[in-house]
Amino acid sequence: MSAVPATTDRTAARLRQAARNPVVIASLIAIALVVVGQLVSPGFGSYNQIISMLRIASFLGIIAIGQTIVILSGGDGIDLSVGKVATLGAIIGARVMDGTDANLAGGILIPLVVGAAIGLVNGLGIVYLRIPPFVMTLGMLGVVQGIILAYTGGTAAGRAAPFLTELVNTRWLLGAPGVLFLWVLLIVVVTLVLRRTRPGWNLYAVGSNRTAARLSGIRVNATVIGAYVASGVCAVLAGLALLGYTESVFLNLADDYTLPSIAAVVIGGTLIAGGVGGYLGSAIGAVVLSVLQSLLTTLNMPESHRTIVNGVILLALLALYGRQRKLRS
Amino acid sequence: MSTGLDNRAAGTRAVAWIRRVQIASVVTWSLLAAVVIVNALVQPTFFTLYSITSTFATFVPLVFAAVAQAIVVIGGGLDLSIGTIVALSSVVALKVMNGSDALIGLGFLAALATGALCGLVNGILVAVVRLQPLIVTFATASVFGGVTLVVLPSPGGAVPPAMSQGFRLAFAGVPVPVWCVLAAAAIWLALSRTRFLRHVYAVGGDALAAFASLVPVVRIRALSYVVAGALAGLAAMGVLGNTGSGDPFIGADIALDSIAAVVLGGIALRGGRGGAIGAIAGAIILALVTNVLFFLNVPTTFRELASGLVIIAALALSVLTTRKAVVR
Repeated sequence: MSAVPATTDRTAARLRQAARNPVVIASLIAIALVVVGQLVSPGFGSYNQIISMLRIASFLGIIAIGQTIVILSGGDGIDLSVGKVATLGAIIGARVMDGTDANLAGGILIPLVVGAAIGLVNGLGIVYLRIPPFVMTLGMLGVVQGIILAYTGGTAAGRAAPFLTELVNTRWLLGAPGVLFLWVLLIVVVTLVLRRTRPGWNLYAVGSNRTAARLSGIRVNATVIGAYVASGVCAVLAGLALLGYTESVFLNLADDYTLPSIAAVVIGGTLIAGGVGGYLGSAIGAVVLSVLQSLLTTLNMPESHRTIVNGVILLALLALYGRQRKLRS
Repeated sequence: MSTGLDNRAAGTRAVAWIRRVQIASVVTWSLLAAVVIVNALVQPTFFTLYSITSTFATFVPLVFAAVAQAIVVIGGGLDLSIGTIVALSSVVALKVMNGSDALIGLGFLAALATGALCGLVNGILVAVVRLQPLIVTFATASVFGGVTLVVLPSPGGAVPPAMSQGFRLAFAGVPVPVWCVLAAAAIWLALSRTRFLRHVYAVGGDALAAFASLVPVVRIRALSYVVAGALAGLAAMGVLGNTGSGDPFIGADIALDSIAAVVLGGIALRGGRGGAIGAIAGAIILALVTNVLFFLNVPTTFRELASGLVIIAALALSVLTTRKAVVR
């Protein structure tokens, strides 16, 4: 008598819960955007087109790994330097590689170390000097821009190693380039690390309540610094992937990725306050933003209209579930 | 009975006064003094009328933007769209004035209205729809930037001659750009006497407590963005006066610079503390650092790194000292 209604109740409850899950909503929005694109311009939803959109999304997605971790770490955590750090990574990478595979290892490792060092400085400043993350990483943005100018003397030189270009630009298994598989691998690894390992749990604990985390013996400072180091490393990784895509560098290659990376995290349902969320959502958020961009490009909109629509849609997405608590509650 | 009330009123006035002085935190003023002294040392002509005019002329827009940002930040928010509001207001005013001296007044009104309208959009989204200020203003920055490009697709157009020339004149022996900075300070001082701004402090300090004390939190939050937008409109007129022509991309650095200025001025990003006089000093510090590095003959390629390092050190210094003030 009671078994059947109970299960339907549970299914209904589960459905209702899913409908409120940002990851589900973001995925549905991504799919809806592709469908709209296919209706407006046939071929937009074709397999090849989707793969190529995902490839573009991977750059933003990889930057968003670090942004997610930093935001999860709480304490108003945010990293405004990721775009510039990615650019710096690509610039150093291009110089070291200089277009040959022989220098590939150095061309990847050296930028990664630089990225980690920048993240370390961010983390140290935030933890020990207690500079608010927004201010610290904003200041770092200026410093990294200065390093870029001082290092390059105003002109970018060097070239991506052929292997790197091939990884990003050549279709491999199932018609997808290697970078896409790399991204999927990263999604799995990052999600597992966040959900199933001690550093991941520590991060959530630190993000939701620092005092409680400290009292339970978690090394809060090390966790926060680690988050910013991870952010620097991920930004450089994304910069290197972008380098493979463009082959040569510009001085502002990845600068415009900073705010979209934050938007991707928010669209993916991670709370700006920290402690709640995950990387899968951010990855889907990155896909949503990239599909939106290419949809607007496909529609042949002039740049001005494109930025307007971009902003309006971002606001609409936020209004769907990014709303905050009412005061009277 | 009545004396008790008077005493209390005097008490709040005293508190407000202390708060206003505290803004002028020691670090901010020492930094400003240091930058001015260094600047005077490396640039012998620093104190000539011509040099003061042109130096002040470059930072008038940032000063107004910093006051705007200060009001929003004190209210517990953040406005990343200040830069594009400045850009949009400037191109709208440019179109309205159409290069004619007779229409300058109308241009001011147009810039103020455009800025206030943009601020209203931000305010409704943040306060009524209750979205994250950081992300909202990032998104609206994109919208306003797009509209700017629709109004003026590429740099060009000419500001009424009376405006660009008048901006370089001196009035009662003091250059007009200096008057503009003083006007920004006066606007802030006038605002800080209003109930609106007291409520902004209350909301920024503790929104829940403010709500419980019958402060119209939603309206105050929204209004803080509107006021900030209108001030950004004034910044836009400063941009026009300084450059003499329109540029849809002008606002790119203003948003983040204004936040840096606010922090340099000792305003906590958490809200509820500080004052815009400090932010004005912060804006001047930012502008003078660039000036100093120019006259020190730092190679162009290293100038940006040097200014980045100086600014980060200054930020660290002002943040560290405001923290100590909190503890005390």
